[in-house]
Amino acid sequence: MSAQNQAGALQAMMNWIDDRFPLTKMWKEHLAEYYAPKNFNVWYYFGSLAILVLVLQLGTGIWLAMFYKPDAQEAFASVEYIMREVPLGWLIRYMHSTGASLFFIVIYLHMFRALLYGSYKGKRELLWLFGIVIYLALMAEAFFGYLLPWGQMSYWGAQVITSLFGAIPFGIGDTLQLVIRGDFVVSDATLNRFYSLHIVGVPLVLLGLVGAHILALHEVGSNNPDGIEIKQNKNAQGIPVDGIPFHPYYTVKDIMGAAAFLFIFALIVFYMPQVGGLFLEHDNFVPANVLKTPEHIKPVWYFTPYYAILRAIPHKLTGVIVFAWSVMILAFLPWIDTHPVKSIRYRSVLYKALVMTFALTFVVLGWLGMSPAEPELSELGLRLGELYFAFFFMLWVYSKDRSGSFYIGAFVFVFITLGFIDAIRYDESKGMLMLVSAVLPAIYFVYFLLAPVVSSLNQDRPVPERVTS
Amino acid sequence: MNTGRRRFLTGAVGVVGGIGGAFAAVPFIASWTPSERAYAIGAPVEVDVSKIEPGRMIVEKWQGKPVYIVNRTEAALKTLPELDAKLRDPKSLEDQQPDYAQNEYRSRKKDLLVVVGVCTHLGCAPQYRPEVAPVDLGPAWKGGFFCPCHGSRFDLAGRVFQGVPAPLNLLIPPYKYLSDNRIVIGDDKGSA
Repeated sequence: MSAQNQAGALQAMMNWIDDRFPLTKMWKEHLAEYYAPKNFNVWYYFGSLAILVLVLQLGTGIWLAMFYKPDAQEAFASVEYIMREVPLGWLIRYMHSTGASLFFIVIYLHMFRALLYGSYKGKRELLWLFGIVIYLALMAEAFFGYLLPWGQMSYWGAQVITSLFGAIPFGIGDTLQLVIRGDFVVSDATLNRFYSLHIVGVPLVLLGLVGAHILALHEVGSNNPDGIEIKQNKNAQGIPVDGIPFHPYYTVKDIMGAAAFLFIFALIVFYMPQVGGLFLEHDNFVPANVLKTPEHIKPVWYFTPYYAILRAIPHKLTGVIVFAWSVMILAFLPWIDTHPVKSIRYRSVLYKALVMTFALTFVVLGWLGMSPAEPELSELGLRLGELYFAFFFMLWVYSKDRSGSFYIGAFVFVFITLGFIDAIRYDESKGMLMLVSAVLPAIYFVYFLLAPVVSSLNQDRPVPERVTS
Repeated sequence: MNTGRRRFLTGAVGVVGGIGGAFAAVPFIASWTPSERAYAIGAPVEVDVSKIEPGRMIVEKWQGKPVYIVNRTEAALKTLPELDAKLRDPKSLEDQQPDYAQNEYRSRKKDLLVVVGVCTHLGCAPQYRPEVAPVDLGPAWKGGFFCPCHGSRFDLAGRVFQGVPAPLNLLIPPYKYLSDNRIVIGDDKGSA
């Protein structure tokens, strides 16, 4: 057969398929003729990397399920069996456990990218919301999966998190807690249902949500580091002049990113799979003991920022409510930050400092959540928790031009609110500590609320017409 | 086309379908509630308490939970009334104990404390810390229970301190003495 005939036969086959399934149409819509801004930087790797990790987790997860036994009597031993006796079982398990932590690193960086460049703005609210639900589903998936090895940290972590529901008043909480556990404590019944949810329920939901996330993205179009809508500047053919087809440009670029990612992934899997107790906690190498809580209980690193906030609040119901809101508030970002300028590149000096302070707050909270529950650290956790929520308040304050008196009014409001919080939680044994730690929010608000009154630090920069470089 | 009738029919189908859906959800939710087997495990547990030295604690398992049994010393019991001002519920007014344990010592006999070792905050097992004024718990510590998870503190009667996340005193289970040396946890029928 000549080359021409071969091409003709291939075309005929494509036509046959296209008459029955929109293959070419989908290929064009989502890859060959999906025009993405030409100025993506390194932050734009993390979306495709998240898909890569998802596939890795599904693959290794299916294989682990072939050897694991979801039974309180056998679970711990079956994980040891995978680690020691299943040929290369240790490799599959380390890939899965490392993948779980890297999934969160990738997702946190992906979310931070959205924050930097305002990727939830300009008809991208639903895109952002799908992303938040994916994040929540991922947290649930990680939590369910963490019980399965049935180690000490698995067991007591599940005990603590399921107890959170028990804080809901009017008897609802106690019932809910019982229904979630299927027993009076975390037990075999709990392990069985968590296994089912971990390997079937949540992954199905995740896949559906990821599909919706990508469809929403391709409907609106990708944002970029300049935060300029490329669709506002099209050529005669209706193609954005600053856009390039996703395939082959970004498919090739993403393969490069995947290679770099897999290099780091392999380094961790082969040389430091526990990462000093961060990815696999030491206490989880001890089988679950119903009668004894580990000396120093902590969640895996990706939950610790929220956990630090929960732990700092000396009141059960308030703690749980604030804990829940510290995650949920992210969903409201598109409606809190309505500033027309998307990218941090063209926002004010104060805004840049605000975002960086938030990132730092989140990281330090993460460290606090892993540290023991000492009064000084707990107090620091509470102050940083205040700064965590303060960020969203400040985003709203900075979302449009405000008058000097507005800033001063906001300062007075914050002063009274925080003073009120300190008054209700006042405890004479901690009086001095509370006073010293109050320096943190004081500096924060003096800087972010009073500096705009006396200086031009909150002046945004002009946004260019076209994307740069 | 009669749009009014169509809207009514659509609504009626929606309502009937919704009720059907709600009923269909019943088996899925009901299966998540504790099974008969989970209830059966709650049988009473008999314990010999004669071997507990003064100041020591033993742990028994009842309903899948740890139950702490502490033989409190005379000196430790003396500290209990001094702490009242620092506690959330010094008089045990909240329903966290049977009537016979609603007293100064939260126990049937004043030396022996029988308490469920599940923190009322988020369900961890608190540590028994009988020593006075250890470095990590501060000079005011008179002995008691400390929860390593979130730092909740309880005194030697399982009463919760103020300014910690746990809202309630530790739970006292139903129990009774079979003789001076034997108690049964989980059953208090027919006892004084």
